[in-house]
Amino acid sequence: MDKPDYNDEIVKKFTIATIFWGVAGFAAGVFIALQMAFPELNIGEYLTFGRLRPLHTSAVIFAFGGNALFATSYFVVQRTCRTRLWGDGVANFTFWGYQAFIVMAAVGYLTGVTQGKEYAEPEWYADLWLTFVWVAYLIVFLMTMKNRREPHIYVANWFYLAFIVTVAVLHLGNNISIPVSLTSTKSYSVWAGVQSALIQWWYGHNAVGFFLTAGFLGIMYYFVPKRAGRPVYSYRLSILHFWSLIFIYIWAGPHHLHYTALPDWAQTLGMTFSIMLWMPSWGGMINGMMTLSGAWHKLRQDPVLRFMIISLAFYGMSTFEGPLMSIKTVNALSHYTDWTIGHVHSGALGWVAFISFGALYHLVPGLWKKEGLYSMKLVNTHLWVATIGIVLYIAAMWVSGIMQGLMWRSYDDMGFLTYSFVETVYAMHPFYLIRALGGLMFLSGALIMVYNIYKTICGDAVPSTQDVKEPVHA
Amino acid sequence: MLNKHAVVEKNSFLMLILIVVVISIGGIIEVLPLFRMETTIEPVKGVRPYTPLELAGQNVYIREGCYNCHSQQIRPLRDEVERYGHYSLAAESMYDHPFQWGSKRTGPDLARVGGKYSDLWHVQHMEKPQNVVPESIMPAYAHLARKGAALNEIADDMKALRMAGVPYTDEMIENAYRDALAQAQLDSDGLDGLIERYGDKVIARNFDGQEVTTELDALIAYLQVLGTMAELKDYEPEGGRK
Repeated sequence: MDKPDYNDEIVKKFTIATIFWGVAGFAAGVFIALQMAFPELNIGEYLTFGRLRPLHTSAVIFAFGGNALFATSYFVVQRTCRTRLWGDGVANFTFWGYQAFIVMAAVGYLTGVTQGKEYAEPEWYADLWLTFVWVAYLIVFLMTMKNRREPHIYVANWFYLAFIVTVAVLHLGNNISIPVSLTSTKSYSVWAGVQSALIQWWYGHNAVGFFLTAGFLGIMYYFVPKRAGRPVYSYRLSILHFWSLIFIYIWAGPHHLHYTALPDWAQTLGMTFSIMLWMPSWGGMINGMMTLSGAWHKLRQDPVLRFMIISLAFYGMSTFEGPLMSIKTVNALSHYTDWTIGHVHSGALGWVAFISFGALYHLVPGLWKKEGLYSMKLVNTHLWVATIGIVLYIAAMWVSGIMQGLMWRSYDDMGFLTYSFVETVYAMHPFYLIRALGGLMFLSGALIMVYNIYKTICGDAVPSTQDVKEPVHA
Repeated sequence: MLNKHAVVEKNSFLMLILIVVVISIGGIIEVLPLFRMETTIEPVKGVRPYTPLELAGQNVYIREGCYNCHSQQIRPLRDEVERYGHYSLAAESMYDHPFQWGSKRTGPDLARVGGKYSDLWHVQHMEKPQNVVPESIMPAYAHLARKGAALNEIADDMKALRMAGVPYTDEMIENAYRDALAQAQLDSDGLDGLIERYGDKVIARNFDGQEVTTELDALIAYLQVLGTMAELKDYEPEGGRK
């Protein structure tokens, strides 16, 4: 079959942006982790934890994760539909428009412009801008699918499509607000109190479910089979776990609001669906891992594939931990503590970042027409430095989270609370140090990747190829 | 049934529609019933919209990202009720656009911090938290004491909030600036008007001890009212359990 003239320039741009924002986001994370161990690092008015934490979360989720999703979805949709990406100009607009959104949001955080809703901090004008960009993204993606020269839509694209559409719905639903004036950066959410809480966590949990899960499962469904040189393990399982995942995820939001003023029925419903969510999540993990059937030996030779499989292992672990933490009795202990932070990071670092690293290492040589990566050894070093970093991070947060939860509810013989609040803060210090070390290792790993990719693209060490081999897709 | 899936796989528009339908069901079933207020928010006496100064304080609270480390939601668990006070009721955050329940307690819950500490304690704490709590890891917010509170346009904020459903009257909005200044002084001329509009429980005094009305005044006014509005003595949980 003749090979269409794919638009790889746009993929290259998003790839570079992914790496850039990744390092920025990880560095911000290390810095705020250090602030929790050493509060003197809260410098002046603009660099306090309260302003930098949204900067960190947005940088990793929306800037790093978002650019990775743009890059891979634009790459994958072209290959699996055997057609050039629709609308060069519109695609370019999604690139610059999205970067502008990131900068707008980041400047806002530092100067104190925020809606005060976790993972939805950007104010009304940035939200409005993002809406335009996102609609353009949806159009580019849909039109490319419409132009496809393959009868079937490949499974990775189902996930990308669900991610794009659902994020649009969530973004619109959660951000309806009334600006104070057209020249003011401030707006007030139309939702208040209980309603705003549930709508926020309907949004927040599904930002995890669709941005950080469905989108990245799209990456998994293309790059794992490609790298392993094997077809997806089970087509039926893909269908089942796709529809059940997107159906069930939407219900899980209320588990962020256990024992709050949210009506009990909503909490129970949220908990029930969160536990059910375990199954479709593991359906995805099994489908990804078992794709290696008959190709397990490749793990020994290919550190890029290793990245992907470890990411699936972390995905499996955190999608087991999540349902566990959504059980009300467990949540009574875990909520408000570092355990949640640890859980989020086993998903974000272990799953989201690792599958992205795998995809980046796979993409870069092809995009820049090189024989291969500068150094597979460095990929392996990155893998282990980052993995140890994650393990340190999440282990520290398990211990500190559970310990603080237990200290809060500890009573002495006389029936009084044993610890004042600040004693429990003081007890966290060693774990905050370990966490910062884990984060630093993760960041170092990313810097190794930057070096490796830089040498691949710019160095002379890697011979270039005129035509990249493109095997018939899995 | 799985064989029929090929139909969806061959039609991107159909797939798009089906995705939207599938993801809408859960959201609709969970979110919509909450807008039947009578079953969501039990009525409690005393909860009122924030005064202009308190609102300016809440805006400082949001701007600085306090919600990243402090919750405002006490759960009905034995240790929390002992540590922080009566568990939070839905009505107590009904005028918060958006809610400030938070998700992490790096610092303690603030739902009922009002009246727990003196104004002077708050002033010193914001200047440098380690002044009053040596082991604290909270950042210093010394700049708040040096910045005038943004009160000139607070009436516009109240207008926006009124559109979002907060029952601010025309009179409240007209007098917003005066009321804000009146609340930041002890026994000012505007005090009667402020009390008339917001009730006699409103705390009016010079919160930060400085001549000008600063962001610190606004923030402390907000913190001091947190959790103090609802008349919990009269509150009877549904079913009469106490």
